[in-house]
Amino acid sequence: MSESKVKKLLDEPLRVVNIGLEGFATELEQQGVKVIQVDWSPPAGGDTKLANLLSKLGT
Amino acid sequence: MKIIEDANREALKRMLSGDPVLVDVIPASAAIPELKQRMILHAGPPIGWDRLCGPMRGAVTGIAVFEGWAPDLEAAENLAADGAFELHPNHHFDAVGPMTGLTTISQPVMVIENRTFGNRAYCAINEGLGKVLRFGGNDEEVLDRLRWLRDVLGPAMGKALRSGDGIPLKSLIARGLTMGDEMHQRNVACSGLTLRALAPALATTTTSDDGLPEILAFVGGNDQFFLNIAMAMGKAIMDPVRDIDGSTLVTAMSRNGTDFGIRVSGTGDTWFTAPVEMPEGLYFPGFTESDANPDMGDSTIVETIGLGGFAMGAAPAVAGFVGAGAASGAAVFTRTMGEITFGENPEWTIPALDYLGVPTGIDIRLVVETGLAPTINTGIAHKEPGVGQVGAGVVRAPMSCFEQALRGFAERIGVS
Amino acid sequence: MNDVVVNKVRKGFYLDSVALMRLSRKIAEKEGIREAALMMGTPQNREIMTNAGLLEEAGRAAEGGDLVIAIRAITRETAETALIESESYLDQPMAAGGEGVAWRPRTLRAAVKSMPEANLVLISVPGDFAIAEARKAIRRGLHTMIFSDNVPLEEEAALKREARELGCLVMGPDCGTAIINGTPLAFANSVPRGEIGIVGASGTGTQEVTCLIAQYGGGISQAIGVGGRDLKSEVGGISTLMALDALEADPKTKQVVLISKPPPTEVASRVLERIAACRKPVIICFIGSGELTMPTNAVQVYTLKDAARKSLGLSLDGIENPDSVRIGQARRACVHGLFSGGTLCAEAQVIFRAAGEIVRSNSPVPGASPVNHSGEGHLLLDLGDDQYTLGKPHPMIDPTVRDEMLINSVNDITVGIILVDLVIGYGAHEDPAGHFAKILKANANNDQPIILASVTGTDRDPQNRTDQIAKLKSAGVLVAPTNADAANWAITAIQSRRGEVH
Repeated sequence: MSESKVKKLLDEPLRVVNIGLEGFATELEQQGVKVIQVDWSPPAGGDTKLANLLSKLGT
Repeated sequence: MKIIEDANREALKRMLSGDPVLVDVIPASAAIPELKQRMILHAGPPIGWDRLCGPMRGAVTGIAVFEGWAPDLEAAENLAADGAFELHPNHHFDAVGPMTGLTTISQPVMVIENRTFGNRAYCAINEGLGKVLRFGGNDEEVLDRLRWLRDVLGPAMGKALRSGDGIPLKSLIARGLTMGDEMHQRNVACSGLTLRALAPALATTTTSDDGLPEILAFVGGNDQFFLNIAMAMGKAIMDPVRDIDGSTLVTAMSRNGTDFGIRVSGTGDTWFTAPVEMPEGLYFPGFTESDANPDMGDSTIVETIGLGGFAMGAAPAVAGFVGAGAASGAAVFTRTMGEITFGENPEWTIPALDYLGVPTGIDIRLVVETGLAPTINTGIAHKEPGVGQVGAGVVRAPMSCFEQALRGFAERIGVS
Repeated sequence: MNDVVVNKVRKGFYLDSVALMRLSRKIAEKEGIREAALMMGTPQNREIMTNAGLLEEAGRAAEGGDLVIAIRAITRETAETALIESESYLDQPMAAGGEGVAWRPRTLRAAVKSMPEANLVLISVPGDFAIAEARKAIRRGLHTMIFSDNVPLEEEAALKREARELGCLVMGPDCGTAIINGTPLAFANSVPRGEIGIVGASGTGTQEVTCLIAQYGGGISQAIGVGGRDLKSEVGGISTLMALDALEADPKTKQVVLISKPPPTEVASRVLERIAACRKPVIICFIGSGELTMPTNAVQVYTLKDAARKSLGLSLDGIENPDSVRIGQARRACVHGLFSGGTLCAEAQVIFRAAGEIVRSNSPVPGASPVNHSGEGHLLLDLGDDQYTLGKPHPMIDPTVRDEMLINSVNDITVGIILVDLVIGYGAHEDPAGHFAKILKANANNDQPIILASVTGTDRDPQNRTDQIAKLKSAGVLVAPTNADAANWAITAIQSRRGEVH
């Protein structure tokens, strides 16, 4: 049920995975929110053909 | 894709359920019936004499003299250049070997039996440090040691092992990990544990006249004695994982000093190769990077099963070989390798990482996606034949092997 | 070879071989040193040192349990200095490791492995990759907030359809603001908890409404962002409808507020149909929209300020008028609005249109003209629009985007009033008012236009709204309590000026 799953999010403390701008994670940390920053880079080093193949094979 | 997930789950299950036991030491000719005179098994993917690196050539000529196929090194080299020796990868004959990794007919090999699947794998006995055949050393001292291994240590170890039920390795590795070994660079604890397990039987089956004091001194003085056992164990664990349709897990990584090659479960016996890279590391006094040979050996089988560079967190001292090399950075290596493996090994854990299981089952999809190539802990050989080991360090598997494997795999399952 | 070899043996001193190799390299790199080794005195090691020309009598006598320090240098003095140095390295205790080397996951997969209890993924990587990361997130059962923009509309729709199947909420793409269970995410303000739940297709609109509710003494239960294009026909309001479901079920929410640009008719009717079935009262602000037929539990308002007031049951009339907003004699009655918030710009346009003023804008509301339209009228610009931000940060992050236009307007004799918004809070510039005041002071003019501003934010925000207002006032800026009030003050001033001229 979509209702219960989204509602659950509204009931729980946030625990965030941050992919991208690190400032967002820093600010959440300062507020005492549990957050983990992903050291992200484009999949397959930006090789779009390989990235496309990967998305079909799934990871 | 579901077929991939299912296949990988099966592959990991086979890896984790393997039960490797050191059961015997026998002549290579008895272990591998296909072995004949003038046939040389070597480390890495297939290669011919023309493309062999210096230490590999040194080892080939040395072993030819040892086997009596040539009167001296010069004659051996001429014979090799004439194509008198048949070269094949160890991996094609249930065997592995460190660095040059040569296996020939009269060498003694240790036998690891995977009791869950009934298969066996073989590796020659570790020669110790210093000038040795596996680093391309080939003088009389090197060949004399090989003769001693063949005539004294090999038969004695075999007799001792046959007098009992063998040495189970899974639990021995688990203990070694808690004692600071990662089973590639560092085998101090496991070598000691092995000797401890072997000594009572040796004392019963071998006398001083058969060389017992020399045997104990040799094994006890060789911190890397266990490496060859760990490698054969890796091979015995991985062989039942080969040829699972749809699996993207790596079943072998190996290098011959010229090429680095990998095999993937879902692509059968195909080797995906690329030029080997140079290790980054520390050198013995008197040597520098300019003396080093590129990466070499079948020993990367230990990374394939989650040890070596993947278990760096268990052996912080080894992290010192790389870059800034803070010992506290060892955990980062292990956790980073966790990004490219399908699972962890719940029986092989690292206390300092809150008993995290070693990352297990290298998934070519994850390697390509993250751009994180497997980290390999390795020795460094001198590039000229006959010199030997000059350092130790860390090297990355070439990314191109994994990219090729991914394309090959996709083609095989009809995805483009 | 005239090299000097010096050996020293330390009996029974053990150090790990890797540590010793590192030390050896450190010593060998020193000026005047040919070679150096610190090694345990095993036979193999002694052989290596002999081959490297490093052993003399002392070292040759060492045993396996002894540490050999062997140095070959160009002079005896250099060698002995290096020997002393080696010994001091051996004797000095290791500096404490401290924090050590931290590990960071490289992928969502690894992040979730190390934080299995994660429930939201906040994504701000370039648009090309954002959808792929979001898809990975929802397939792991995680809700997402996608800050990134530049995502093709059909991909947004496909992602949201899949997320709906999986029961996961997708906030965005192009979602700048959310407050989930009391936590402000990305560009949001620190507001008290309360009973009003917001569904916002506009970031700055949501910021203004949540801050005004706080200013009027109320509080926020949730502010769910849905992304600027959720109510387009292609997407059909998937996230808006899911957010409405969630707020209806959320016991902390008593009153719902929906903020969006005017949706196309078929999407509007679908949303209104859902609202009609909602057990809670709903206030709808489709900013720029004409009057729509509302369900009995819903009220339509036309400005952000009214959305905030209505949600608290406050009256809608009553503009706080400043003491005097008088346009200088040399100036004409044209307004330049330089907005960092798109919806704040839209709200100002709506108020200007309602007062019968002619408006031009780069993102015109119904009734306003495009900016390139010739002729008269006030100019109200959204500086957060792509044409101004291409390759630059958004003006809420980097207020310098507004500087040049501000200076031009100050010096433009036709301009009587400059209208601006300052948005503070998480994600925003650390001191937008300080920056604004500095630019104004540096470009002061004897007969300059009136500068009218409002500050979207609260005193609990890192920048502190009261401090920001004080900085603006000290630079001669008139500060209105809300963006809507600022627009109304401007209209009062220009209309009374016309009266004077007539």
